[in-house]
Amino acid sequence: MQDRPTPSEVIGAVAAFLKTTVAAQTAGATSFQARVAANALEMMKRELDLSPAEDAAERDRLKALLGMDGSLFDLNAELSRRIAAGEIETSSPALIDHLWATTMAKLAVDQPTYASYRAELARRAPQED
Amino acid sequence: MAGPVESELEGGLNAIASKMGAGATGIADLRRMTAGATQEVWRFELVAAETRTPLILRRAPGGTRVSDTAVGLETEAELILAADKVGVPVPAVPYVLQPGDGLGHGFIMGFVEGETLGGRIARGDAFAAIRPKLARQCGEILARLHTLDPDAFPRLRRSTPRELVEQYRQTYRASGWPRPVFDLTFRWLDEHCPPDPTVMKLVHGDFRNGNLMIGPDDGVRAVLDWEIAHVGDPMEDLGWLCTACWRFGALDRPVGGFGDREDLWDGYEAAGGVPVDRAHALFWEVFGSMRWGVMCASMTAAFRGADPSVERGVIARRSSENEIDLLRLIAS
Repeated sequence: MQDRPTPSEVIGAVAAFLKTTVAAQTAGATSFQARVAANALEMMKRELDLSPAEDAAERDRLKALLGMDGSLFDLNAELSRRIAAGEIETSSPALIDHLWATTMAKLAVDQPTYASYRAELARRAPQED
Repeated sequence: MAGPVESELEGGLNAIASKMGAGATGIADLRRMTAGATQEVWRFELVAAETRTPLILRRAPGGTRVSDTAVGLETEAELILAADKVGVPVPAVPYVLQPGDGLGHGFIMGFVEGETLGGRIARGDAFAAIRPKLARQCGEILARLHTLDPDAFPRLRRSTPRELVEQYRQTYRASGWPRPVFDLTFRWLDEHCPPDPTVMKLVHGDFRNGNLMIGPDDGVRAVLDWEIAHVGDPMEDLGWLCTACWRFGALDRPVGGFGDREDLWDGYEAAGGVPVDRAHALFWEVFGSMRWGVMCASMTAAFRGADPSVERGVIARRSSENEIDLLRLIAS
């Protein structure tokens, strides 16, 4: 067992340093690239925080959908193969639900401010009475 | 401080200054604007007795290398000159580099004032008044652009819709990374692919918010970046402009984040373009999100190879933006 703070916590601190200190105290291309680097680290922090639960859920869905077990990569490769080969009905609700859930999980890590993602989140939010 | 590349380039440009404009005696203020993977862009001023004229130099890195898919800078210059003759707004091209100039492949073009940043055009207050007019304007420009004679450019790549789908499918498969949303998309594209066009047109290939120089009062001032022009289905250009990745957050304005499809299509038809079939246009919109998604995904190989910059790495992670846009189009 490794000690604390966690990778996620340290990466978050480095991202904050790049953004509030390096980007703020430099100019031009260096300042821009420091902000890009901070955003990249924040993305990796989100992946560290979110992917254990999301990967497990994705793997469970794939196992049910494909009727087989394997690594997350192998299961995705098999799903790709079956879709391309026409061995799975592309309008199947189970397939479409799985692809939506997986894609929303990707966007939560990659680009949580992307407009299409925000629109889908809002569409899925429970309606308040 | 000028480095060796700048000094050499400045010397070379000074030597050909008189060919770029009557009475010009030299150049000044040479500055590098971007260092693209396939092309360099430089800005400078052409100096004459009474005037200083801002100009742009586009040339291949090191003066010689051109990428596989790009048409080549001499062809790009010819396309711009031809586009000007059919009424497409383009920069002036006062001079094309010759082998004897010792500056490699490239050309000089006029500097056009305006905005290319998609976010500012889609959302900035300065463009609020012109935004509602841009989609129709783009349609009219594309109709004129599609009158360019493909036979005048025999070296341009010719691709039917089905060949383009196949080309991107191979690029996706070569990446070796499964993306089931792309597989679903290729099934959809196979099922909805339009027949081979009866008349192939000269297509710009990258006509979208970001490659259009826009003025806040008059709209489109210049169509830029002709480097992936080819011969194919003219609807490709209309669909690419409507692709979700060019909306810069303005989802309710599908044409480049500034307008409505109907305005684009009306402008296109009114200016002599072939009538737009809705399903045919949607095919190219889906194709567009797939195309940009596959291009982003292929950045992983570039990041692990020639360009290990942070910027390159994070572009690869933007592929998923296109996956959600594809699901919104074909699985909602």
